[in-house]
Amino acid sequence: MTPTAPPPRTLAQKLIARAAGKQRVAVGEIVNCKVDLAMFHDSSGPRRLKPMLDALGATIWDKSKVVLVMDHYVPEQDDDARRIVRIARDWAREQQLPHVYDSIGICHVVLPQKGHIRPGMFCVGGDSHSPTGGAFGAYMFGIGSTEMLGVMVTGELWVRVPQTLRMHWRNRLCAGLSAKDMALHMIARFGMNGADYQAVEFCGSAVQALSMAERMTLSNMSAEMGAQAGLIAPDQTTLDWLASCGGADAPTGQWHSDDGAESIEHAFDAAALAPQVAAPHSPANTRSVQDYAGVRVDVAYIGACTGAKLDDLRAAAQVLRGRRAAAGVRLLVAPASAQDQQAAQDEGVLQVLLDAGAELLSTGCGACAGYGGVMPAGANVVSTTARNFQGRMGPASTQVYLASPYTVAASALRGSISDPREVLA
Amino acid sequence: MSAHRVWRFDSDIDTDVLAPGAYMKLPVEAIAPHCLESVRPEFAAGVRPGDVVAAGPNFGIGSSREQAAAVLVHLGLRAVIAPSFSGLFFRNAFNLGLLLLTAPEAQTLREGEPITLDLQALRITSADGRILTCAPVPGFLLDMVAAGGLLNQLRKKMEPKP
Repeated sequence: MTPTAPPPRTLAQKLIARAAGKQRVAVGEIVNCKVDLAMFHDSSGPRRLKPMLDALGATIWDKSKVVLVMDHYVPEQDDDARRIVRIARDWAREQQLPHVYDSIGICHVVLPQKGHIRPGMFCVGGDSHSPTGGAFGAYMFGIGSTEMLGVMVTGELWVRVPQTLRMHWRNRLCAGLSAKDMALHMIARFGMNGADYQAVEFCGSAVQALSMAERMTLSNMSAEMGAQAGLIAPDQTTLDWLASCGGADAPTGQWHSDDGAESIEHAFDAAALAPQVAAPHSPANTRSVQDYAGVRVDVAYIGACTGAKLDDLRAAAQVLRGRRAAAGVRLLVAPASAQDQQAAQDEGVLQVLLDAGAELLSTGCGACAGYGGVMPAGANVVSTTARNFQGRMGPASTQVYLASPYTVAASALRGSISDPREVLA
Repeated sequence: MSAHRVWRFDSDIDTDVLAPGAYMKLPVEAIAPHCLESVRPEFAAGVRPGDVVAAGPNFGIGSSREQAAAVLVHLGLRAVIAPSFSGLFFRNAFNLGLLLLTAPEAQTLREGEPITLDLQALRITSADGRILTCAPVPGFLLDMVAAGGLLNQLRKKMEPKP
């Protein structure tokens, strides 16, 4: 008699079952999970956690599993920012936190660049774009500060085992398109909350062909679909990244959805995708670039965790090489991390952008976090960031269009929203 | 059973409208006066303790900033009623002791109407006597609301036993 094979499981179920210490978990079941890593930043972290921990007289359950990144309020623009960042620095010292990254980039990029995220982990982050970790085959999602307090004290939190929505992308993206176009297209199709806090899994040849940085953009923006997590099964590309950042050998074999595991599948043809643009004031307000072609651009912003990693800077440089931004357009570049900026400089990519008239801003969340009100009133902004809510990147009158780094660069070049394929041709 | 006055809002009310980024450096009590001001400038000054918000789908989409829920708690809101919520906002609200009721017919409630809430049965009765049923809420989350949030629960758990 042959033993009956266990029923197939999704990647999300496998990851949650491991963290919950169970053989298997059923969709809809609520389980308690042990947290392998908890990340927070200067805004969501110490300034809110410290007073609550002090009030409880509690200590951090395991400091080796905590990562603090200063990225939202650095460099400090005013006294309030200085106060918030000082709280973070003082608390990090006082607690002797072993993993603190101060002003070297955006948390979602710094975390994997420092080798903290590995396949199979269960992680939480004090930021809504924490699903970025899913690009490495880790279950990672964002939580608020009070819930983070609970994690700091107990090392655990509850999760309702999600359904899996498999986004299957066949073929390959055409030249001049990026993961941002895929993300915006899916957000438009499903809406801002269309994933209903279930797990999304990105798969298919077009996803497998993406670099880790591009995969991170996909996973990151699953938050914009309302997914809890945005997973990608780890493969050789994942292992190569882990090796490059000194990550320990990570077994990837089991971290994929089994054939026949129950999920809802949606199919996409990457080869048929045109560059995508999200008009004000929602990422779901996305159409093909030609629908917005000709819209005047005042500011072109290349920044954020979904739009200013090395791959994004390369994409922009490919469009702008040997050219200059149109008169009257401010081209701003805020690299996602110091490591990305250094690599871009070493490759000559940064010089291409500067020669095109770009102003180089500090690495960090910058205008994307929306805490500075950086963009001018009434301006039309085309941006590589993840979110274009009204009033987020500037006054309520600021009109923010989201697009890929190719499209933002092409739009800077022409002074109006433009299809990068025309420029690259 | 308790009676509550309704404030009506549209769909897709996001965290940046609830807790605008420009005020995020400030404490919750200083963000609260700006809660929802870009869509309803009179809301923060006019809301009374015990009032409820009834809105369209996707309430609370966007950021993880729990100030988006904290300002509603600070203003004394009893509950938010909507056909659907952002999952992240949902967790934050309960962690702060704010009751969210998922009611498919939330948008049939009218601005200013007095409604009654039956928290045992998770039922809403409109001013004209219609009954709106709400999706079940796990017991441990209702306990969290009753305790006034996760912080209070942890405090209780950590108190030295007599």
